[in-house]
Amino acid sequence: MAATTTEKKQIRIATRNCGFIDPESLDDYIAVRGYEALAKALTMTPAEVVELVKASGLRGRGGGGFPTGVKWGIALANAADQKYIVCNADEGDPGAFMDRAVLEGDPHSVVEAMAIGGYAIGATIGTVYIRAEYPLAIKRLRKAIEDARAYGLLGKNIFGSGFDFDIELKYGAGAFVCGEETALIKSMEGQRGEPVTKPPFPAQSGYWQKPTIVNNVETFANIPAIIVNGAGWFAGIGTATSKGTKVFALAGKIQNVGLIEVPMGITLREVIFEIGGGCPDGKAFKAVQTGGPSGGALSYKDLDVAIDYESLIARKSMMGSGGMVVMDEDDCMVSIAKFFLDFTMDETCGKCTPCRIGSKRLYEILDKITKGKGTPADLVRLKSLCENIKDTALCGLGQTMPNPILSTMDTFGNEYAAHVKDKKCPAHVCTAMLTYTIDPAKCTGCTLCTKVCPVECISGTKKQPHTIDATKCIKCGACYDKCKFDSIIKQ
Amino acid sequence: MSTIKTLDELKAKRQEILARKAAGNGKTVINVSLATCSIAAGGKAALEAMQDEVAKNGLSGVEFMQSGCMTYCYAEPTVEITLPGKAPVVFGGVDETRARELVTEYVMKGEPVEGIIPVNYERVVL
Repeated sequence: MAATTTEKKQIRIATRNCGFIDPESLDDYIAVRGYEALAKALTMTPAEVVELVKASGLRGRGGGGFPTGVKWGIALANAADQKYIVCNADEGDPGAFMDRAVLEGDPHSVVEAMAIGGYAIGATIGTVYIRAEYPLAIKRLRKAIEDARAYGLLGKNIFGSGFDFDIELKYGAGAFVCGEETALIKSMEGQRGEPVTKPPFPAQSGYWQKPTIVNNVETFANIPAIIVNGAGWFAGIGTATSKGTKVFALAGKIQNVGLIEVPMGITLREVIFEIGGGCPDGKAFKAVQTGGPSGGALSYKDLDVAIDYESLIARKSMMGSGGMVVMDEDDCMVSIAKFFLDFTMDETCGKCTPCRIGSKRLYEILDKITKGKGTPADLVRLKSLCENIKDTALCGLGQTMPNPILSTMDTFGNEYAAHVKDKKCPAHVCTAMLTYTIDPAKCTGCTLCTKVCPVECISGTKKQPHTIDATKCIKCGACYDKCKFDSIIKQ
Repeated sequence: MSTIKTLDELKAKRQEILARKAAGNGKTVINVSLATCSIAAGGKAALEAMQDEVAKNGLSGVEFMQSGCMTYCYAEPTVEITLPGKAPVVFGGVDETRARELVTEYVMKGEPVEGIIPVNYERVVL
C-alpha cells in the first residue's frame, strides 16, 4: 500500500533536522529558521516564556516526565545571584542512542534551546554534561557553540536584548548514575557522582547550591519548535496527559532497527509491527523492554496499550529516555532480567545499602535460578526483596532497579516457575538446564557433529545414527548449529 | 563574520542563505548520513567512493554534504540524493559498489537503483 500522509505513523519534532541539515553549518540551521525561537523568546518576559512552555504540556524526555514549564517556573521564582541551566547528555541506557543522534545531527537546536531556558529562568551560564564516549557529538557541539558565539547568538547582549548567555561543556566518564540529576550535579562539581536526597530539588538548590535546571537533550530539542509554532500546536499532538512526540531507539529482535519519533498515544502494536516491521526471520514477538534497565518488559498482552507516561508506569515499566529493546520467542525472560540486573549492579554508586547490596543479592538469586538451582522459595524471596528495594533506595536508579524483575515475574511467571520447579528453560537459553540428544530417525550419520564437538562426547559409526554422552556434554551447542538434518534435539 | 543583532537581521541572513542555496539549484545534492553509527557502518567509504566516481566521470554540478542520523539504522550507510527538480530519495545499504552505481546510474542517467527507503514520517518544518 502506498503511504499517504495520514498513514505515516511518525512525526518528527525533536529530530526535525536530523539527516536534513549539515550539523556543522550554522547557515544550514539558520536556513531552517534556526535561532528565530530565541529571538522571539527575548521579546517576551521570562515569565511569559515559562507560561508558554507550561501551556505546551512538554514533560521531561529523560524519563521522569516532570512538566518542563513547571520546573522552569520553580527556578524562575527562586531569586539568586547566579542560576544555571544544564543539558543532560549522559545517555547510558543499554540500546539507547536518541540523544547522541540529536547532538550529532542538530546540535544548534540544543544550543538555542538552552539559551531560551537560560533566559526563562534567569541563568547566564549553560553547561552540557556529556559523555566522553561521544566524541563526534562533542566535536559538533563545540563547533555549534563557537559558531553561535561568532554570530553573537551566544555571549553578551544577545539580539540586543541585554541578555548574556554562554555555554560550556563538562565531560562525564560514563557512569549510569550520573544521568540522575543530583548525581550529575555532584559530578559537575568535581565530586563523586552520587545522588543526594530531594528536596531540595536542583531547581531550588543545585549546582554550587544555586537554582539549576537539568533537562535532557530531547527535551531541549523540542523547545525551539514550541516557541516558533506555539504551545497550542504542540499540545494538539499526543494524549491528554502526555503531549508531543517521543523519540525511541528501536533495537533488538526487530526488522527495522532504528530511531523513530512517534506521537504520544501510539500503540505498541503500531510501533513494533507497523513501523518496526515485527521480529526478523518470522519469529514471534514476545516482549519489549522500555525505559532501559529502569523499565520493565511489556508483552504481547500490552500491544494495544497507548504509549504515554502513565500507562507505562501502570504496567510496571516506564517511558525512560526511550530505549526499546525487542525480544522474540528465543529470549528467556529470566535471563533478560538477569542481564539488566547485571548492568544496574555494575552501575550502582554504592551510596545506599538497598541499591548496593540489594542489587548483588537480586543478581545472585537470578543467577541461581538460571543455573537450574532455584527453588520456589527463591521466587518469594526475589519478589519481596524487589519490593523492599523499590521502597527504600535513595535515588531513581535503585528505586527502579527491580522493575525488569517485577514486570517479567508478572507477565512471564510461568517461565520463572518452569525454571525452579521443572528445571527447564522454556526458551532454551539457560545452558545449565539444556540437554542435547540425537533423533536416530533423522540422523544420517554424516559425522559433522563429531568433528565440531570440542569434548568428543558424540560417538557412532559413519552412516549410522550417532549418540551424545550427556555426562560429558558441555552444552556448547556446536553440534546443534552444525547439523544439517535437524536431528539434534535441544530441550 | 558579522554578528546578528535583531530578528530582522536574522531573517535577512536567512533570506541570503536561502537565496544562495536557490542559486545552487540545478545541482545534484548528495547527502551522506555521517553520525557515529553511520560512519561505523561505512558512510565515509560510501562518500569517498561517490566523490571518486564523480571526479572520474568529470561531473560538474554535483554537491556533497554531510548530515547526522537519517534514522534508518537497519539500512546504514544511507545516502539521500536530490536530482535537480526532483524529490529527494534515500538509498540504504550503500556499500562501495552501490555508491559507484548510484553515481553512474541514478545521478548520471536518472535510472532507478535498488535500495530506496520509503519515507515513513511527517517532518515538522518550522
